[in-house]
Amino acid sequence: MIEVKNLYKYFNNQEVLSDICTQFEEGKTNLIIGQSGSGKTVLMKCLIGLYKAEKGSILYNGRDLHNIGKKEYELILQEMGVLFQGSALFDSMTVEENVKFPLTMLTNQTEKEKDMRASFCLERVNLPNAHKLYPSQISGGMKKRVAIARAIALNPRYLFCDEPNSGLDPKTSLVIDHLIHEITAEYNITTIVNTHDMNSVMEIGDTISFIYQGHLWWRGTNNEILHTDNVEVNDFVYASKYAKAMFASQKKQQ
Amino acid sequence: MKILQFIGEYILLMRKVFEKPKKMSYFRKQLADNIYELGIQSLLIVSVISLFMGAVLTIQTTLQVESPWIPTWTVGFVVRQSVVLEFSPTIISLFLAGKIGSHIASEIGTMKVTEQIDAINTMGINSASHLILPKIAACCIVNPILVIISIFLCLFGGWFSCKFMGTIPPEQYFEGIMSFFRAYDIYYALVKTFVFAFLIASISGFCGYKTEGGALEVGKASTQAVVNSSFGLLLFNVILTQIFLG
Repeated sequence: MIEVKNLYKYFNNQEVLSDICTQFEEGKTNLIIGQSGSGKTVLMKCLIGLYKAEKGSILYNGRDLHNIGKKEYELILQEMGVLFQGSALFDSMTVEENVKFPLTMLTNQTEKEKDMRASFCLERVNLPNAHKLYPSQISGGMKKRVAIARAIALNPRYLFCDEPNSGLDPKTSLVIDHLIHEITAEYNITTIVNTHDMNSVMEIGDTISFIYQGHLWWRGTNNEILHTDNVEVNDFVYASKYAKAMFASQKKQQ
Repeated sequence: MKILQFIGEYILLMRKVFEKPKKMSYFRKQLADNIYELGIQSLLIVSVISLFMGAVLTIQTTLQVESPWIPTWTVGFVVRQSVVLEFSPTIISLFLAGKIGSHIASEIGTMKVTEQIDAINTMGINSASHLILPKIAACCIVNPILVIISIFLCLFGGWFSCKFMGTIPPEQYFEGIMSFFRAYDIYYALVKTFVFAFLIASISGFCGYKTEGGALEVGKASTQAVVNSSFGLLLFNVILTQIFLG
């Protein structure tokens, strides 16, 4: 479980995150949603240690990310798997080498063990025949799947996904969403997904944190989000006519 | 003020760069790859430049010392001294600052803007050391070798112009390049090249690592890497010449 307590982040004296208090549960897909510029990505980057928050604490199963020694800090980082918005695959490496990279750098596994683990991870994301291809030779959806395979290579306790559906068609988005959800349940990991895709919210969102202008504005489940009377949340959820019609019918069914 | 900030940030980054690599076996593999990419792939162009530089230098020197009071072999001597002390270490390093510097800055800059460096950092790996240290080590190993090759090819280019263009008799040229040889000059040239190699790789790595934004910024970082490393190289050329020969 990850707990965030009174987190503040400033850029050039401007408050970007303000008093964020929330928790992300184990074995669940925890979604962070909000409009562009609301502070979702900054929160995610604080969680994975790329930004240091000015105030507050982030507890990884009780271990404060900002108040531990260098060794333990690195250990927490090695327990994380991160799927970046643009996949962030290493261009100079093949798909297989990308998946093997964390194993090579952070474990003492033999070449055979690494090959087996990479093959397992690639099969898990339904890419059994892409080992020797380079990132430039595969589609956007495949890149995301390779990035997921790389993220789970070290059996992470925490999985972070920054806008996993960006730039993907609806069908591929659904495949990626379900893959993330399945992996979360299968390995009982704490997954945090940063998104503004309402389809993802309804499909895989076990818990949802809505960020508005740098504040944690609302927290609940994907059922609760359809019935909330929070104006800002409703503005976000029912932003398009299509969403209004679709979610209204879902509401009625419930 | 900006220069001080640049130097300060550069020193801070270098402190991160010179941390022990996470995996020595992987570092050795990266080192070999970088020696090939940054060194071996520069060999052909360095050879071509050196041959022509040597030939032109010999022709021009001959024109300058055409006097009955100066023996003909002086041409060979002057060419050798110019090549060993300045032309090969400095001109070839300046050329490498353009070729290698832009390569390093654009490679690392692209990795930065496409979040590949963030990906390395979130694995708990020191990305500065992982990416920049093998490049610095590769340049420091391979550039002095390139300069030695360049010295030989420059002198060969000079001989070629004597033999086939009739600049001066080749025997006189040989006599000149064998006269008053000091091993210290070679030592000076190699130390200079080593320092230049460090400056080229580290400044270019720094420019790439600090890139923020997109493709435009990667281009700017690449240009900045060439300009800054060339400037650093010229500055240290004066300092080192004063220390070693002054």
